[in-house]
Amino acid sequence: MSEHKIALTVNGARREAEVPSRLTLVDFLRDVLALTGTHVGCEHGVCGACSILLDGRPVRACLMFAVQADGAEITTVEGLAPEPGTLDLLQDSFWETHALQCGFCTPGMLIAARGLLAETLTPSDEEIREAIGGNLCRCTGYKQIVDAIKLAAERMRQSNAAGGDRVDAD
Amino acid sequence: MSTPIEPGGKFRYIARKRRTKEDRRFIVGAGRYAADIALPGTLHVALVASPYPFARILSIDPRAALAAPGVKAVVTGDELERATGPLMSGLDIPKVKRYPLAVGLARYAGEWIAAVVAESRALAEDAAELVEVAYEPLAPVVDPEAALEPGAPAVHPDHGSNLLYRRKFVFGPVEEDFARAAHRLSFRARWNRSSTVPIETFGVTASWNPATQLLDVWASIQMPKFPDQIARALRIPGNAVRVHFDVDVGGSYGVKRGIKHSVLAGYLARKLGRPIRLIEDRLENMRGGDAHGPDRIFDMSVAFEENGIIRSLRIRALDDVGAHVGRAPLQLGKPIGAIVGPYRIGSVEYEAISVTTNKTPEEAVRGFGQSPTNFALETAVDRVARHLGMDRIALRRLNLIRHDEFPYTIPSGSTYDSGDYHAVLEKALAAAGYDELVRRRDAARAAGRPAGIGISCCLEPSGGNAAFEPLLNPKNETTTWMEVCGVKVDLNGAIVATMGTSSSGQGHETLAATAIGEILERDPDTIRVVHSDSLTALPSNSPVGSRMAIMLGGAAAGAAEKIKAAMIRIGAHNLGAAPDAVDYSGGDVVLRADPAKHLTWDRIVEIAHRKFHRLPPGLEPGLQAMHVWEVPTGGAMPGPDGRVQMYPCYAFEAHVVYAELDPVTGQVRLGRYAVGHDCGTMINPDIVHGMTYGGIAHGIGAALYERFHYDAAGQLLSGSFMDYLIPTAHEVPEIEIVDHCTPSPLTTFGQKGSGEAGYLGAPAAIASAVNDALAPLGAQIATLPMTLSALGEILAAAHAAIP
Repeated sequence: MSEHKIALTVNGARREAEVPSRLTLVDFLRDVLALTGTHVGCEHGVCGACSILLDGRPVRACLMFAVQADGAEITTVEGLAPEPGTLDLLQDSFWETHALQCGFCTPGMLIAARGLLAETLTPSDEEIREAIGGNLCRCTGYKQIVDAIKLAAERMRQSNAAGGDRVDAD
Repeated sequence: MSTPIEPGGKFRYIARKRRTKEDRRFIVGAGRYAADIALPGTLHVALVASPYPFARILSIDPRAALAAPGVKAVVTGDELERATGPLMSGLDIPKVKRYPLAVGLARYAGEWIAAVVAESRALAEDAAELVEVAYEPLAPVVDPEAALEPGAPAVHPDHGSNLLYRRKFVFGPVEEDFARAAHRLSFRARWNRSSTVPIETFGVTASWNPATQLLDVWASIQMPKFPDQIARALRIPGNAVRVHFDVDVGGSYGVKRGIKHSVLAGYLARKLGRPIRLIEDRLENMRGGDAHGPDRIFDMSVAFEENGIIRSLRIRALDDVGAHVGRAPLQLGKPIGAIVGPYRIGSVEYEAISVTTNKTPEEAVRGFGQSPTNFALETAVDRVARHLGMDRIALRRLNLIRHDEFPYTIPSGSTYDSGDYHAVLEKALAAAGYDELVRRRDAARAAGRPAGIGISCCLEPSGGNAAFEPLLNPKNETTTWMEVCGVKVDLNGAIVATMGTSSSGQGHETLAATAIGEILERDPDTIRVVHSDSLTALPSNSPVGSRMAIMLGGAAAGAAEKIKAAMIRIGAHNLGAAPDAVDYSGGDVVLRADPAKHLTWDRIVEIAHRKFHRLPPGLEPGLQAMHVWEVPTGGAMPGPDGRVQMYPCYAFEAHVVYAELDPVTGQVRLGRYAVGHDCGTMINPDIVHGMTYGGIAHGIGAALYERFHYDAAGQLLSGSFMDYLIPTAHEVPEIEIVDHCTPSPLTTFGQKGSGEAGYLGAPAAIASAVNDALAPLGAQIATLPMTLSALGEILAAAHAAIP
């Protein structure tokens, strides 16, 4: 098994590692970087639990090898909040509407929603369902997730002050 | 944060909007699931699975695997049979034995034959491919009815046949009612094999410490008596197993019962002296995880009058539990507690038949057999209406138990605690805009699109007792299924509650904190709830059977009441008054005759912890209490005729759903969806609503998409998310829930269970909608899931029949 040197940015920090060629990106994040917020649900690209932002776009971390992420900029669920101990408006909206139960799909849902809200702050219900259409949730029936994303969009539209996308929830 | 749902509601914290305690950690990715447990020195397991549905294992050669890099061991079923006890079965079938790995025979395609242990999962998987197994393939039995034929291959030859359980219960004058009734009809309903399929697979880590003689287990578990079963199988004392219930479980809805995984991991941990981790991949989960759901054939007969009154039912339920037997057959027993649904039906015959075949074993699934039964019952009601040319809603109104008839005892001996079924149905119809839906349906039909409206009225028996255990196995005299909670107030006045089970998304920490906060009049946000381990907790029976609002809620409130009583005694003693001369208010104890004289929470706590000389005589120092809550109405064995009080509380749901079918392909599009729901007092409305939405989504899957499909040779054809289709946000329509509250007289706050809500009525409602759409074509369907291909064929046949 050949090893490869990679360097990438994860949640704003530069990381370097030597990884076997067959190591998937999600296993790299979880097992090497100990970022266990990204979950493994199916390992065949359907459930979306492993979603991360790769150069700003939601992708499946189970369908990529770590070596393919060389040079990339990655955001995981651990990197969504502006600072440790805080929440961003999207996370806080998920809490407010109880957009989760067991929490297993939640990191992937947040990533999918973040990807959508980076493109538009006025998403329609259909656009929201399209954005999370590749993420399976078995607990919620999606209703409170759609509500959360709508709420987050509304709050983000109204928050035009610098640093407004932040909630000191603790 | 707290705003009253109903202004003037009698509760301070209960039934109000409240953010959950659990969500906070999940939204930052700080949940701690089984796959997140990483102990130093852990070894990893990969499994060798049988390619055959039925085969004799002639030999297993591990040599090449053992020589592969990083491999520590290869174990087989023969070794486990010698070293461990068989896993428990819910039935009295001593010759049907089950071990974590196949012994002698491979009984289904995907069954685990050998376990390979290595330094990493990847190395273990590499080596698993090198294990050489010689099989002698045998003719499998796949169809459950064929399995009962004479001469069918015996899945468990020592047992002698494939029949695991059969009993015909006769509740009331069935013969007479059928003879007297003006009409009778019969049909077959088929609930095909599906399951809950959580997004997290099952995972476990086990670690043995020889110095302390203690096996630590971290598992993605939702299973009654899990620690005891591990200990029993490993032949070690119960106090040598410590299951950590603070592991977050990534969804379960019944199936997270990896007892074979956990016994295997525990055995390997003891054998190899290193922590062992076994995390299913998705394909293992779906094929060899032993977590399929009910697979049921209903033969239904109904006797009814010209005016629509339903007199009697005959139900024959044949369930295919697959190749091994855990608690799954008991899922035929639980529905006896609601066997006539919400209707005034005077008699019922129920024949329960459990069969083993060469398929993946069945496990407990949300509702424990109730959702398939509700589907069969509601299909019967719709067919009666169609037979009589009567409106389906009018027929239901006529037969529903009336509000003034509660408590109402059904023929099978279970008493429904409370309800107002008519009111809930009316609310659902109003929310759905029923008249407008009828106009829409008729307009769609006029435009050539098959359209229908589905109705279902279903019960959610709740409070999870285990009365089906003695009912289906007379050697099992279990008559209690208690739940426990401990509460303490520390020296600084902070409250900690302890529960003895893990959670899989139901919000138990919020539930317990809210119940305790309500009793002690303290803000639930300030109360910490911890999941203890199995050695420090009193027994729990885990969150099954929609029981935790009732059982944990009752236990938490009971413990808080004990704390409150002690605080009142301390306060009164120090105010020089009798306990009945003081009031408890917000944690303070106030002299009723002179409210200026009072003791604050902090003062009472300080006295309790430090000032023994100021405690009333006979009161123990500190502030701590444990409360065990027995299932209300529990405690009795079933009668010889099988009459039994199954669960204590009965929630009710009325679904109304609009559906259109593509006229050519049959593809179903769901439109307006409203559900009236009455689970008594909702402790946290957001949590109840969330589970109900999720249950409906799951029900949509069971009704339209999800099926573990086997070919005639016994191979699973839908063992991945590419072919086992779970509803996405596109398949689940906007759903409106209309709440109704008929408090239960049996519980602390009037609450009933709700963990299975939605799922218990959605499949029936969607089947009703599709059949309403097919009715003008003279067609009908009573097979779930109603797949695209099945509906397409029905439409094609219907069109071909038009001259």
